[in-house]
Amino acid sequence: MIENCDQIFVLLRHWLVSFLPAAWQQTAGVLLSVATIVCLFPALFALTTVFERKGLARIQNRLGPNRVGPFGFFQPIADAIKSLTKEDIVPLSADAAVHFLAPVLLVITVFMGFAVLPMGRNMVLVDLDAGLLFYFAMGASSELAVFMAGWSSRNKYSLLGAMRAVAQMISYEVPLLMSSVVVVMITGSLSLTKIVEAQNHYTWGLPHWYIFTPWGFAGFLMYAIATTAETNRSPFDLPEGESELVAGYHTEYSGFKFALFFLGEYVAMFSISGLGTTLFLGGWSAPFSFLTWVPSWIWFFSKLMLSIFVFIWMRGTLPRLRQDQLMNFAWKFVLPMCLVNLLVAGLWRFMGDGWLRWVVCSAILLLAYAGMGLGEMRKQRLGPRSYRYAE
Amino acid sequence: MSIAETNTEKFEGWNRPAPIKLEGEGELLEVAMGPHHPSTHGVFRMDVALDGERVIRLRPVFGYLHRNHEKIAEGQSYLASMPYTDRLDYICPITNNWAYALAVEKLAGQEVPERAEYLRVILGELTRYQNHASSIGFLIQEMGATGTPLMYAFREREKILDLFEELTGARMMVNYMRFGGCRVDASPGWLDRTRKVVAGLTKFTDEFDRLLSTNEILMARTQGVGVLRPELAVNAGVTGPMLRASGVNYDIRKVDGYGIYNRFNFRVPLGDHGDVYDRYMIRLLEMRESIGILQQALREIPVGPVMSPTARIRGFRPKRGEAYGRIEAPKGELGFYLISDGGPNPYRYRVRPPSLINLTVLEDMCLGVNVADVVLIFGSVDIVLGEVDR
Amino acid sequence: MLGEGILKGMAETAKNFFGSYFSAARMTTVEYPEHRIAPYEAARVFPFLVFDGKDWQAGMRCVACQICEKECPPKCIFIEKSKDKKPDALGKLQFYPARFDIDISVCMSCQICVEVCPFEAIKMDTEFELSTDDRFGGLLLDRKQLAKSNQYYRKIHPAEAAGVDAKLAAEKVKADAKAKFTAEAKIAAIAGEGA
Repeated sequence: MIENCDQIFVLLRHWLVSFLPAAWQQTAGVLLSVATIVCLFPALFALTTVFERKGLARIQNRLGPNRVGPFGFFQPIADAIKSLTKEDIVPLSADAAVHFLAPVLLVITVFMGFAVLPMGRNMVLVDLDAGLLFYFAMGASSELAVFMAGWSSRNKYSLLGAMRAVAQMISYEVPLLMSSVVVVMITGSLSLTKIVEAQNHYTWGLPHWYIFTPWGFAGFLMYAIATTAETNRSPFDLPEGESELVAGYHTEYSGFKFALFFLGEYVAMFSISGLGTTLFLGGWSAPFSFLTWVPSWIWFFSKLMLSIFVFIWMRGTLPRLRQDQLMNFAWKFVLPMCLVNLLVAGLWRFMGDGWLRWVVCSAILLLAYAGMGLGEMRKQRLGPRSYRYAE
Repeated sequence: MSIAETNTEKFEGWNRPAPIKLEGEGELLEVAMGPHHPSTHGVFRMDVALDGERVIRLRPVFGYLHRNHEKIAEGQSYLASMPYTDRLDYICPITNNWAYALAVEKLAGQEVPERAEYLRVILGELTRYQNHASSIGFLIQEMGATGTPLMYAFREREKILDLFEELTGARMMVNYMRFGGCRVDASPGWLDRTRKVVAGLTKFTDEFDRLLSTNEILMARTQGVGVLRPELAVNAGVTGPMLRASGVNYDIRKVDGYGIYNRFNFRVPLGDHGDVYDRYMIRLLEMRESIGILQQALREIPVGPVMSPTARIRGFRPKRGEAYGRIEAPKGELGFYLISDGGPNPYRYRVRPPSLINLTVLEDMCLGVNVADVVLIFGSVDIVLGEVDR
Repeated sequence: MLGEGILKGMAETAKNFFGSYFSAARMTTVEYPEHRIAPYEAARVFPFLVFDGKDWQAGMRCVACQICEKECPPKCIFIEKSKDKKPDALGKLQFYPARFDIDISVCMSCQICVEVCPFEAIKMDTEFELSTDDRFGGLLLDRKQLAKSNQYYRKIHPAEAAGVDAKLAAEKVKADAKAKFTAEAKIAAIAGEGA
């Protein structure tokens, strides 16, 4: 019974496909999964927009939208109607084909990443051996769409905004990849299903998730920072916040195309959080061994929504970093920490089991973090100050 | 002639920063920031010339909110100008009223009873608190924190505005001070409620401090940005928290001791660097000092009348003469210069707006900084367009 | 440690987030128009003319002295004096306003008209939901729209109205006493003459 609950979607797919002749079953099964993903994640996106507005509102001591539907949960329908009925303006001098293709490309590449994410036990669309590599290839392709948007608008300010956004995304690709390399080092495989299965063991009821190891914790933190920068979320959202000078790469878009950009950004957030969950938080495995009766896909989506909540929390609290500070941070702080993390992961692997490797690895990471942190702050002469009073 | 050459003459002997030398060929990018601003300071325009990301030249353009305040005042009686002063610095109407009442009382030689002075101090310090809280909130909002500190500041401001409404009848446009005292007396119930609100303000200031002051991103964005040197600040006539953040000890409450400020124990915080972070912290520290003054005033307020018996509401004709009355408004030195010719209307009525005078150094603070910081520096000056344009 | 300030800030916001579900201090929204905050007693919006008794024309306290018109800063009051007189609450014959218009789109709620009125005739109302789509006169209130009874005044500003009623009652007592004194003196004079 528990097994059935867990595999309910797999069984459902199997049953639906069985109505077709045998030659078509394989293709139909894949198409069905694709259709599910394409319907599910936009629905989740709609829900997330409401959660974001209500979450930010509650942080700011006010109610969010609460007029449309119960507790405001039909607000995305109102937003969708609004964006669909707006006039679609394409600038006269803009490159029309590229202008049209940019949001389309963004959405397509972002959805491709879902093909390799294991959303539950046996619930991965394509079980590639190099799943992680495929994912990052698709993720990097989405940056092309951003640049296409800025270029085709034929607007000086949009182009500047697009270039800033692309520079930011490229700078943070390196820490993103480096922090996932440690996972590959320890697991020994690029396949996401194998990574999850490696974390699905329990000792004294506690799981073997990689976040509970020193190198995994550090890797997760850096992955989280790189993710926030990749998806242009606060505090790294200078390219899309109401920049004083530069208008952002999606200025010249209105109506549905703008909604597509918005959708692309949020679905990218889901996809990259999904990957982070898979790599560090154990994917679909349960947190305690006595909770394994809960279906695996529930765990995956709960962890995903938890990450989204943390994104919203950070957006509500933190001010923005300036562009050059953001890049400084990536190259001079996060990247060296990633390299130290690689070293530590190597040490972990070759030190063998026991408490010694925990102590050594944690010590190295803490020292590196504290040292580099202090160094950065002191170099820029930043720090809390005390004030004198007049006599 | 390059920009650097044309501006050389102006820079001699003025303690102003050296002009930026442009490297190589290329043209400057000229941008007009405003008047439709993403930040909420009002209708204001800055014509900025950029070399890449650095600011080479900045010209503020204001006057979009000019409402002829001074000319209108020449055509109506002294009392009728009082509601108009509410609308100058519309975030702090009480202190505007107070400065005007002070000027007229100087002109007419009017005395103010003690209870009225205490009420003025209480309301003035409440105004200062909510102005500094809102100013910090707006500054962080411009930094991009989606308005969270702003909402917290406004939550506290609502409590203070409720007190104002209960006493004077209006939340913002209070029209409360009169020449010779205050318009209405405060009931004991109001004083109790004020004590309760003030008791909650300390906790809020601590929360605000914890939320913001050690935030690394805030420090990275504001420390070392927009430095104003003390000599330049004094030469340009800058007053208020901006001046004190540059390290100059000048607080009109201590210097003039107007009203009964001599009786209160409070300290004047001074900054050392003169950057945006210092201005933010000085405002936070002044909020704490205001709470101290409020607690003292609420303890010591005597009973008595709130209007001087010699005060006249109608038919007020001060003798010929002139007077300049100034106070330490939350934004700086707010002064009113009045010339009377013996008639019911003033002959000349002039407002010294602190926001305008503080704005004159905006270009000097912004030269050479990143364009993303211009909005921050502008926010740290803390202006209200109603005062700048009158 | 790098990151400590950020974590402290995030703890603050989390406290506010969870607090907004439980404590009223952290969720101060009042959902207008379903819930309204009762206005304070001193709240002032636009002026109205007070009348005693049931008939608004006979009981109106305003004697068209035009002091409020002169003192109003934005000059939003327009008064036309009547040609005849009517008796006021003390029995004396007074002028009354044939026209008393206030343009509430100009009025800035400064309350100076209330302060300078010697006859307690104009007071501040608390009603603010007065928006209209009539551009040419919807916000110009004439004396019929402005006239509201003393009961209404007592309802919206109880303490202030009590003070005003006491003052007017004292004036009436003084006027009655003076009238009685004058009447008695007249009778005594006639009796003295007759005697």
